Amino acid sequence: MLPDRSGVSTRESQADRLDWAESELSGEQILEMDSQPIRGHSYWSLAFRRLYRKKLAMVCISIIAFMYVGSLFSPLITPYDFRAVDLQNTRQGPSLAHPFGTDRQGRDMLTRVIFGVRTTVIITITSLLGGTLVLGVVLGLLSGYMGRWVDAVIMRMGEVTSSFPEILLLLIFVSAFRPRLLTAVQAFEDATGLDWIIRLGVLDFMIISVGLAIFGWFGMARLVRGQVLQARESQYIEAALVTGASTAHILRVHMLRNILSPLIVSVSAGLAGVAGAELVLSWIGVGVFPPTPSLGRMLFENGSPQVLLNHPHLILFPIGAVTLLFFCFNILGDAVNDAFNPRTR
Amino acid sequence: MGVYVIRRLIWLPFLVVIVTFITFAMLRLGPGDPVQIWLGQHQNDEVRERIRAKLGLDDPLFIQYARYMEGVITRLDFGESFKFRGKSVREVIGTRILVSMQLNLAAIIITLGIGIPVGLLAALRQGTGWDNLIVSIALAFQSLPVFITAPVMLLVFALHLDVLPTSGWGGFFSPKIVMPAIVMGVPGIAIVVRLVRASVLDVLGQEYVRTARAKGLPELTVRYRHILRNALIPVTTSFGFILAGLAGGTFIVEIYFGIPGVGRLSLEALNARDYPVLMGFAIIATTFFVLANLIVDLMYPWLDPRIRLGAGHVT
Repeated sequence: MLPDRSGVSTRESQADRLDWAESELSGEQILEMDSQPIRGHSYWSLAFRRLYRKKLAMVCISIIAFMYVGSLFSPLITPYDFRAVDLQNTRQGPSLAHPFGTDRQGRDMLTRVIFGVRTTVIITITSLLGGTLVLGVVLGLLSGYMGRWVDAVIMRMGEVTSSFPEILLLLIFVSAFRPRLLTAVQAFEDATGLDWIIRLGVLDFMIISVGLAIFGWFGMARLVRGQVLQARESQYIEAALVTGASTAHILRVHMLRNILSPLIVSVSAGLAGVAGAELVLSWIGVGVFPPTPSLGRMLFENGSPQVLLNHPHLILFPIGAVTLLFFCFNILGDAVNDAFNPRTR
Repeated sequence: MGVYVIRRLIWLPFLVVIVTFITFAMLRLGPGDPVQIWLGQHQNDEVRERIRAKLGLDDPLFIQYARYMEGVITRLDFGESFKFRGKSVREVIGTRILVSMQLNLAAIIITLGIGIPVGLLAALRQGTGWDNLIVSIALAFQSLPVFITAPVMLLVFALHLDVLPTSGWGGFFSPKIVMPAIVMGVPGIAIVVRLVRASVLDVLGQEYVRTARAKGLPELTVRYRHILRNALIPVTTSFGFILAGLAGGTFIVEIYFGIPGVGRLSLEALNARDYPVLMGFAIIATTFFVLANLIVDLMYPWLDPRIRLGAGHVT
């Protein structure tokens, strides 16, 4: 797939152009042009150039990048501690001291929204990049390349995991494993003297990521498998085999590089889905547990008619953050798809 | 084709058994002893043991599962609810599932009823202001998940304008269904609009459309018989995808608007550790999901004879 897309401007095409332009160029100029190296455009540089030309997409990518980088430093950039309760100033409207107001316990909403975004950001990274991508790519590569019983086992496993009604199973999954893991981690914390695993919500992030990855890897694996099946028939793989390349080398160097572009498209299109799943789970009350702030939880707590009527800022700011995030994810997914699959527009 | 269908059908029961067994095991692994909840305040070791034995909770997991499935298959008996004492799971789920189905149906009608014509319009006006407007609005709608639109709709239409009731359930023809159905349908509209638009644009470039126009068929006939019919194939095949998207929304909408459907029921059952109800619902949902996938797959060649099942490498 990839090799025939590269090298748009080859020596032949340059020569063609020279043919009809001959009259305008002197012999010296032609000689000069011939001696200079011809700079081709690779598939990747063309794709990124197409992406770069979309202004809205670039704005959205900047916003996403800002949110992802910002959430790394959220403890530094937020004006308050997300747990700091101030019962003197509960449910206050936006002010200079609290730009987004305060919630029913007097906690600063701006801080909580930033930390809520951080939760979503962490889940998308750990679940999509860690779980789905690694599981999906490795199993898909194996399945497509090894074939036979390996393929059969992986595909049947995938059919099983994708046959569950996702939300219901995640509900059961979280409620089955969280209490057990919580006890185990508490024992571990007591034994080692560490105190940050539960406090920072690492446990919740792990459970949700594992849960989402278990039910989400199959789509990626099927995509990779299909690409590998196509690539396996090609001559450069045959050539690699003849020269004695190992399976691991072929998978890593030849296969993985060829499936990179559908992978990028699929990951950027999947971001919104993963973020949505985390928000739904936290909204229902089995995702990220308090005190770790989550936008889903905020939307649930402040969604009642009383709050909507009397303190709409409590829900409007989380709504704004979620909408912005989703909008950017969707634009990014579209733009990347257009840029990397120029034919399917 | 025949071999493929038979292979799928043979694999189907195994798939259902594996999936339901995992669900069964996970529910048994969960915290909270059902007997404790069953007994409530009257705790007594002897009674507890007797009930455990009576319910068969001491047996190995496989035997419990086999016994349970035997009841399900031979008598459609999903057991008795722990929470609603004396009511069978079938009764508890049966009434709730009808509510959820009506809500989902209303949402699908809204999704397709708005999505298909608008998508067609955008494609036929490609490149004009209409097209750009529709595509932009669809993109914005796609970024509005259920948990966002629900409170906003409630705020605007129920609390400020006071034209729709805030919550509750009154059947398919009650105004109470309007808001939840719209909230559930909106994210799907965006997907359908974009699908239909892309698909119609694809069909518009086909030669049979030019032929149809060239032989002087009325524009309406061309649009509906030649363009729309062929353009809807990808929409039909992504119907399963749209249904799956609705499932997540069902949970949130039912809880938020106080609708007594299966989404709310399963959350209540989870909190009450009402395993039989959860198990029953999981089995029904899984079977439905697996069958829906199968039907969608089998529908490809029926809709588009160019696709042959089982041919090539993609299973």
